[in-house]
Amino acid sequence: MRYHSFLIKYAEIGTKGKNRYIFEDALIHQIKQHLKKVEGEFAVVKEQGRIYVNAKSDYDYDEVVEALKKVFGIVGICPMTQLADEGYEKLRQEIVKFIDEEYPDKHFTFKVRAKRTNKHYPVTSDEINADVGYDILTAFPETKVDVRNPEVMIHIEIRQQINVYSKTIKGAGGMPIGTNGKAMLLLSGGIDSPVAGYMIAKRGVMIEAVYFHAPPYTSERAKQKVVDLAKAVAGYSGPIKLHVVNFTEIQLYIYEQCPHDELTIIMRRYMMRIAERIAEETGCIGLITGESIGQVASQTMFSLQVTNEVCTLPVYRPVIGFDKQEIVDVAENIGTFETSILPYEDCCTIFVAKHPVTKPNINVIKKSETKLAEKIDEMMDTAVKTREEIICS
Amino acid sequence: MTVYFDNAATTRVDPRVTELMVKIMNEDYGNPSSKYIMGLTAENYIKEAKERIASSLKVKPSEIVFTSGGTESDNMALIGTAMARKKRGKHIISCNIEHAAIYKTLEFLEKEGFEISFIGVDEKGHVDLEELKRTVRPDTILVSMMYVNNEIGAIEPIAEASRIVKSINPDCYFHTDAIQAYGKLTIRPKKEGIDLLSVSSHKIHGPKGVGFIYINEKVRIEPIIFGGGQQKDMRSGTENVPGIAGLGLAAELYSKNHEEYIKRILAVKDRLTERLEKIEGVKLNSLKGEESAPQIVSASFEGVRAEVLLHALEDKGVYVSSGSACSSNHPAISGTLKAIGVKKELLDSTLRFSFGIFNEPGEADYCSDCIEELLPVLRKYTRK
Repeated sequence: MRYHSFLIKYAEIGTKGKNRYIFEDALIHQIKQHLKKVEGEFAVVKEQGRIYVNAKSDYDYDEVVEALKKVFGIVGICPMTQLADEGYEKLRQEIVKFIDEEYPDKHFTFKVRAKRTNKHYPVTSDEINADVGYDILTAFPETKVDVRNPEVMIHIEIRQQINVYSKTIKGAGGMPIGTNGKAMLLLSGGIDSPVAGYMIAKRGVMIEAVYFHAPPYTSERAKQKVVDLAKAVAGYSGPIKLHVVNFTEIQLYIYEQCPHDELTIIMRRYMMRIAERIAEETGCIGLITGESIGQVASQTMFSLQVTNEVCTLPVYRPVIGFDKQEIVDVAENIGTFETSILPYEDCCTIFVAKHPVTKPNINVIKKSETKLAEKIDEMMDTAVKTREEIICS
Repeated sequence: MTVYFDNAATTRVDPRVTELMVKIMNEDYGNPSSKYIMGLTAENYIKEAKERIASSLKVKPSEIVFTSGGTESDNMALIGTAMARKKRGKHIISCNIEHAAIYKTLEFLEKEGFEISFIGVDEKGHVDLEELKRTVRPDTILVSMMYVNNEIGAIEPIAEASRIVKSINPDCYFHTDAIQAYGKLTIRPKKEGIDLLSVSSHKIHGPKGVGFIYINEKVRIEPIIFGGGQQKDMRSGTENVPGIAGLGLAAELYSKNHEEYIKRILAVKDRLTERLEKIEGVKLNSLKGEESAPQIVSASFEGVRAEVLLHALEDKGVYVSSGSACSSNHPAISGTLKAIGVKKELLDSTLRFSFGIFNEPGEADYCSDCIEELLPVLRKYTRK
């Protein structure tokens, strides 16, 4: 086994003062959850202000790194080689061997940074830096030392055992799930909403999701697509409870009663209302949408104002200032893009008018909604009550 | 009530077929190439299947090669012919309403330097024989023409087409994709001048993942799958014995009960056709009775999107397909419907109903009742 251990680097949670242990414990919990899906046994330990993942059995390196890259709160993953303390001379030889294996191409600049936690070690950190640097330069004349801006930083940590590492794999960043509240994501089959869910989850927020299903206008495959998207996001955020709301009746009622160019905006107001009702039932303290200013008629600032007006919970719109391509980039990165572009109709597009309003007036919209007074409350109750819940993980 | 009207996509396996296959998987699971008795038992199932199929087509058992299904048979016919005959010529003719298994294979051959010509069809979906006559050349090595179209059920004049081709170029091979035709129509390759013929098992109440290709003994094509030399080197790979035996039995059942089965299927088609004709704004793309395939009805519904009507019918327990199930994952509009000149606004409003031996005329009534009930509602809510 090449690496025995991974040093987990985290950034923001280090700054949380007295709450630090809460964040660290949450991170350790999340790392354990993600490693459950991976073959092999691991110990996740906190030691002198650092988190280590120690392998207790054989494991697949790539699989473990992929799993760790999905844990929010991790900034960097450093695969470490652990050496037993068999004397200083042996250590110097081992490090030369380590560099030889790790870097087939020796044209690089480096710096050695030794650190002793074990102060009884007979050699000082500065002496180690100088000696190991000399060894590497002698063994591989193509290498150069650069103390200001090295391409390779060789870390040597002298503890009970000796840790050697030189590579840092970028982690997902953010904060560990469970260190913040819970929010309700309005999940369609599109590209934007899974990205929005991912981005809020990244800040440590637990996620539930609501999907508006409109049979026979949307198919079982469209629903399956949303389940698959929720599963993809759950790969990062942990299990997501997906609430599937049957929206057909409400949609057709709006279609019958209200002006056609206002259909989408009124529909979205009812989606927000229903999402908020379910959010309140399930203890969510915010809504999340994938809206981005100006992307479509229902996402102009005027439309957003009108949609927003029905909500009392804060609505988080993490991609609000993103261009489409920027959203697509994230979607590709987190693996939702391929699913999002499958060609199944979602309920927002079926009846969309050729020229929907782009500057809706709140008073006009409210007046149109009075035409729904007779049945809409009952329909909303039914929609909320008859929803289907699917755990996506 | 569940009404399965999508038998052109796939069919329910006949219980007698299932029973035979389960027996083979549980008891007679030997490898036909093994030297001991179990091998021989397995080999005998294949032999029996070949005989059953050969007798349904009045050809020799040695002219049947088993494949993984219709797509492989089509690939083998086209690529196998192209590889064997590229020195004689590089011109291949097909028509513009073929299945993707033909289209995509021809696309591949085109990239490999073959020249492909496509023959057009009339409003009934029948190929233009005059155009065919003008297109055959001395360097034409293969004509591939489907027997029955999978979307509208049009029956192509195969015997006539082959006669025309051979009268101009006697060396040219004639292939037909008979996947929707086999079992439903009486096919006699020897009389009709068919050199190569593709069939799939799961359209005739047999299992999925198996099919065959008939290769006239006078015809030489190259294999496209290489390995252990099974099936006289034409198709390597351990034979799918339960699948092959299942296909053989399904073929025999269809062939022995041909008249009764077709009568039953036609009764459903006639009932549905009759009912749909009476509904306003419905246009039939298939022909009546035996003028087109007995198992397929294609109809366009004015003012309704096919997918919405399909899912509304699904809600009532009626399963049908929009266009052809094989291509329904792509929202691309059907090539066949375009080719026969269906109006642009109806292309996306067309459903295919297809029947099997387990259907009854009463189901056509139930389906029609559902459509009559749904159409006015669905027409009311449309995109403005």
